[in-house]
Amino acid sequence: MKLIFEKSIPGRGQDIFPACDVPEVLPKAELRKAKVHLPEISENEMGRHYTALAKRAHGVNDGFYPLGSCTMKHNPRINEKMANLPGFAKLHPLQPASTVQGANELIADLEKMLCEITGMDGVTFQPAAGAHGEFTGLLLIKAYHHDRGDDERCEILVPDAAHGTNPASATMAGYKSVTIKSNENGTVDLEDLKAHLGPKTAGLMLTNPNTVGLFDPNIMEITRLVHEAGGLCYYDGANLNAVIGIVRPADIGFDVIHMNLHKTFSTPHGGGGPGSGPCAFKDFLAPFAPGLVCRDGKYVRAEKSIGNMTGFYGNFLVMVKAYTYLLTIGKDVHTLAENAVLNANYMQEKLKDLYPIAFDTTCMHEFVIGLDPIYRKTHVSALDVAKALLDYGIHPPTIYFPLIVHEALMIEPTETETKETLDEAIQAFREIYDRIFNAPESVQQAPQTTPVLRLDDTKAAREPHLRFTFE
Amino acid sequence: MIDPKELKYTKDHEWIRYEGDEAYIGISDFAQSELGDLVFVNLPEIDDEVVAGEAFGDVESVKAVSDVLSPVTGVVVEINEELLDDASLINNDPYGAWFIKVGSITAEDELLSAEDYDKFIEEEA
Repeated sequence: MKLIFEKSIPGRGQDIFPACDVPEVLPKAELRKAKVHLPEISENEMGRHYTALAKRAHGVNDGFYPLGSCTMKHNPRINEKMANLPGFAKLHPLQPASTVQGANELIADLEKMLCEITGMDGVTFQPAAGAHGEFTGLLLIKAYHHDRGDDERCEILVPDAAHGTNPASATMAGYKSVTIKSNENGTVDLEDLKAHLGPKTAGLMLTNPNTVGLFDPNIMEITRLVHEAGGLCYYDGANLNAVIGIVRPADIGFDVIHMNLHKTFSTPHGGGGPGSGPCAFKDFLAPFAPGLVCRDGKYVRAEKSIGNMTGFYGNFLVMVKAYTYLLTIGKDVHTLAENAVLNANYMQEKLKDLYPIAFDTTCMHEFVIGLDPIYRKTHVSALDVAKALLDYGIHPPTIYFPLIVHEALMIEPTETETKETLDEAIQAFREIYDRIFNAPESVQQAPQTTPVLRLDDTKAAREPHLRFTFE
Repeated sequence: MIDPKELKYTKDHEWIRYEGDEAYIGISDFAQSELGDLVFVNLPEIDDEVVAGEAFGDVESVKAVSDVLSPVTGVVVEINEELLDDASLINNDPYGAWFIKVGSITAEDELLSAEDYDKFIEEEA
């Protein structure tokens, strides 16, 4: 398939517009010297180009998408309908406040809902994605310590099962990321945590349930220990779908959390974004909140604000979709978590006689297969199994993560899949298992039915072509 | 592969080869085969201090990024710049593709002989 720039023919364009008859008034010095490289292509060709791309992609609308820790749930159409209402879609952030009261009310209502769900006291909607929310939360923690003159605290503790964004966000925020080991049950090793806590501890970042799909049974002790050492507790809300409406992060000792509206709250992501990673916090962090905060009916800057994380209010239309979702579900919000956990356990139970489960116990919203013993025997890897699933019309699970499980396949079905879809996926996994032992090369050579076959990801990483080179 | 007898190894799968007071450090054949095709390497700079048992750099494969730990405490006197351009050298020749050369060595992590290291990885696998 050609890139759109390769399809471009000089002079060919969308000549439905007449030639410009408005005189150019910008001074020459302000004008571009070189022509902008825009593809010159007819509207018909362009439509076909993007339709062809869409056909080659796999989205939630195409089939099962059990990508672990990504919560690829169904995006209800009513969300889109509400976000397309002209009163929302055509707003400009600089228009007079008196004309946007409905939008302001929606933001305030959504903040209340998210406070109720998390147990926190305030929310900033500025962060545009999950990792951006983490970064915001860490800057709040940093501002809090700094404000107390406690600048010795330079370390953020991160379990070895954490999402890769956690240590990255800590580093971005100017902290040293310190790894805490997992114990044999796959949860935080308390002794290792104690050994690393001290006067340098600024905080702990924790995903609970964690990336192997386990709720940490020692969570109350973990957050107590961190607080006793003078640190704050950050909840990575990427896995909130497992506990929403059932456990409030504030009740288990967390001070600040980000949520992914594009995961837990059903707004599109994975190419269909944009995202939104609101950061919720307890009252004592409110003076440091970014952007503008609503006080007594007016938008003002918080006293010791960390500044702007993005322009204006954040991705407002994503907020409209999440708000619609929560209004649609209402008080039954806990059923999301219940069914997400049920679906993951159903799949785990139906696969565990064949595939080794990394931590074989009741899981939360996702579970991890550790294919290592099978790989040692057959040389069929997690990557091969992931590729084989493509031929069944299934998006592969997350692979080679979490790092503490060798040859990991991390499966998160979400609550919006039917039992029939789960059964089909279970059947696919079981067939692939047979092929691993009876026709291993058929798995190692998968996929066979996709627009492109096995890609050379090593070459792609070693010699990346990141941009088109114009002649 | 049989691991070269003249090298010493760590339980974190690095090797070390002394030359006088200085030492070359790299990762073992077992480490490179476990990591898979390497695509990127981060190395310290000359004159940086390295500490026994602590990370001095990292290697990135198509699967993951992994820390590389120093078997000794000392100061970096030379880095292998070729690796920065071509990480596949480590996959092709793990015992030739040294990462850093360390001098002013003051402490050493627990080091294994080739024989003990081979036993160790057999048990681990």
